[in-house]
Amino acid sequence: MLTFTIRRLVLSIPTLLFISLVIFGLLQLAPGDPMAQVPLTVPPEVKQKMREALGLGEAWYIQYYKWLVQFFWVEPLVFTDWLFGTSFSEGMQRVISWQTRSPVMDIVMQRMPQTLWVVGLAYVVGILIAIPIGIYSAYRHYSLFDQAGTFITMIGFSIPPFFTGPLLIVIFSVYLGWLPSIYDTTHVVTNWATFKIQFMQMIMPVMVLALQTTAQISRYMRGAMLDNLNQDYVRTARAKGLKEATVVMVHVLRNSMIPVVTVIALGMPAIFGGAIITENVFKVNGIGQLLLTALFANDLPMVMTLTFIFAILIVLFNLIADILYGMLDPRIRYD
Amino acid sequence: MTEQAIPASPIEADLETFGALMDKEPQKPPRAQWKDVWDQFRKHKGAMFGGSFLIFITLAVVFGPYLWDLAPTTLDIRNKNWRPIYTLLFDGDATAGWAHPFGTDQLGRDIMAQMIAGGRVSMAVGWLAMGLALVIGTLIGVVAGYFKRMDFWLMRFTDLVLSLPVLPLVLLAVTLFRQPLNAAYGPEGGMFILIVAVIGFTSWMQTARIVRGDILALKEREFILAARSIGTTPIKIIRRHLLPNVVSPIMVSATLGLATAIITESALSFLGVGFPSDYPTWGKLLADAVVRMQEFPERVLLPGIAISLTVLSVNYLGDGLRDALDPRIRGR
Repeated sequence: MLTFTIRRLVLSIPTLLFISLVIFGLLQLAPGDPMAQVPLTVPPEVKQKMREALGLGEAWYIQYYKWLVQFFWVEPLVFTDWLFGTSFSEGMQRVISWQTRSPVMDIVMQRMPQTLWVVGLAYVVGILIAIPIGIYSAYRHYSLFDQAGTFITMIGFSIPPFFTGPLLIVIFSVYLGWLPSIYDTTHVVTNWATFKIQFMQMIMPVMVLALQTTAQISRYMRGAMLDNLNQDYVRTARAKGLKEATVVMVHVLRNSMIPVVTVIALGMPAIFGGAIITENVFKVNGIGQLLLTALFANDLPMVMTLTFIFAILIVLFNLIADILYGMLDPRIRYD
Repeated sequence: MTEQAIPASPIEADLETFGALMDKEPQKPPRAQWKDVWDQFRKHKGAMFGGSFLIFITLAVVFGPYLWDLAPTTLDIRNKNWRPIYTLLFDGDATAGWAHPFGTDQLGRDIMAQMIAGGRVSMAVGWLAMGLALVIGTLIGVVAGYFKRMDFWLMRFTDLVLSLPVLPLVLLAVTLFRQPLNAAYGPEGGMFILIVAVIGFTSWMQTARIVRGDILALKEREFILAARSIGTTPIKIIRRHLLPNVVSPIMVSATLGLATAIITESALSFLGVGFPSDYPTWGKLLADAVVRMQEFPERVLLPGIAISLTVLSVNYLGDGLRDALDPRIRGR
C-alpha cells in the first residue's frame, strides 16, 4: 500500500507538469493583450517597456520556468515563513496579479474561506441527506419512496444551478422575503443574532450546491446497497438471528460504503468547479468568482494559478480515492 | 438446470426426448434483437416520456420558426413588457394577448420567437458537441483497445485529460479565443464553432474508456479469431465486427453527452462568455432575465424550464436505453 502511494505520488508530478503546460500553452496562444486597458495616449515605446516589466518580453519557456519556480518554490517558502516566522523567501519574486499588483496567493488565501465554508458545508449537507435516502430506497426497492427518490435525484441531476439559484431567490427572497439574496462576506459572527444572519444567508447557496451532491451520491448509495442486499452473507447474518437493524446498518452498510466513499472523494474537485456558477449567482466572493473576474480582466498570472489549483485538487482527490479504495476493501490489491 | 422436472419413468423420458425431436421449428417465432430492445424500452415510462419530449422539442425548434414567423430580433418598443397569456387568468388588467403568447421583453421582442431561436442554438450545440465527443471518444477507445502498442499511451493521455479542470478551462478557452474566431467566421459562427469544439474536446474521455474496455473483451472472442483467420484486415474487423457490438455503450454515453453539452453551453451563456448579446440561447435568455426577475419571473422560468425539461428527458432516455440495451436486464 505504501509503495503504491509513493508510486502514485511520483506519477502525479508529470501529470501536474503536463496540466500546467497545457494551461500555460492555452494562455500563451491566446491573443488577449494585457496592455489593452492602457490609454491610447501612452506611446508605443512606453507600452513595450511596460510589457517587458511584466515579463512578457521573454521567450515562452523562460516565462514558464519562472512561473514554475515561483509556484513550486517561492510560494511554499512564503507559506513556511508565514507559519514559523522565518525569512527564507526574502527578496524573492512571487506570482503577482496584474489587476491588483499584489501576490496572487494572498488574494487566493483571502477568498478561500468563503468558498470552503459554502462549498464544504454544501458537500457535507449533501452527503448527510444522500446516504439515508440511498439506504432506504434500496431497502424498500420499488416502493413509493424509492420511485419518488429516483425522480428527485433525476431532477437534481437535470436542473442546472444557474436555474435553481434564481428560482430559490425569487421564491424565498422576493416573494416570501425570508432569506437574503446576496451572500454578505463581510459579515462577522460575534453573537447569536449575527450567527442567525450568517445561517440565513448560507441556506440558499448551500442548498443549491447540496442538491447536486445529493442527487449523485444517493444514486450511488442506492446502487451499492442493492448490490449487497442479495448477497449470501446477508442471508447468513439474518439466519443466525441478528436484528434487521444490525444486518442492514452494520453488515450491508459497511460493505456498500466502499464505492460510495471513493465517489465522495472523486466529487470534491468537481464541486469546486461547479461552485463557480453558484458563487456567481449568490455573489459569494470566493475563488470561483475570483477566476471569473480575473478572466474578464485578462489577468493571466491569476488565471493560470487558479486553474492550476483546481487541477491540483483533482489530481489529489483522485489519489485519495484510489488509496481509500485500497484501504477499505481488502480484496483490492494494487501490487 | 437445477429445476428440471425429473421424468417419472424411462419410457416417459424417451417420449419427451422424442417429442422434442419432432419439433421442426422453434416454438416461438424468432425475434430480432432491436425488436427486443424496443419492447424493453417501451416498458420504461420515464424513457418513453423522455424520448417523446426530446423529439417534440427538437421538432419544435426545427420547424417552429416556420409556424411562428415573428423574428426574434424585431424590436417593437410600443409593445414592450407584455406578460404571458396565462397571467390573464388571475389578473384581468395585465397587458397580454395572443399576439405574444409568452409575452415580450423590455425591448418588445417576442419571447416565444426568442425561445424557439434560442432552443435552436442550444440543441444544435448539444447535438454537434455530443457528436464530436462521440467520434473522438470512439476513435481513441477503438484504437487503444485494438492496437496493443497504442493502448498505454492513449489511456495515459485519457487520464491526463480527465484530470484537467473542465469548467475553468472551457471558460478560459472561450474568453481567450473569442476574437480571432469572431474575425474569421463572424460573431455568431465563430462562437458556435468555438463552443462546440471546446465542449467536444473536453467530454470524450468517458466514451473512450467504456469503448476500450468493451473492445478489449470482444477482441478475445472466437468470432474475431475466425474473422482474423480468414484474413480480414484490422480496419474491416473494426468496422464489421467490433463497432456494431459497441453501439449500445456508445448510445448510452451519447445521451449523457447531450445532457452535459446543453448544460455547459447554457452555463457559459449564463456567465456571460457565450454568444453575443443579441443572439438568443436559452442560457442567455435566462441570464438576461435574472436582473428583472422580481417583476417578470416568467422570463427566468420559461428558459429555465426548457433547459431543465430537455436535460431531464435526455437523462431519462439514457436510463431507459441502458436498461433496454443490457441483455441481462432485457426480457425480465
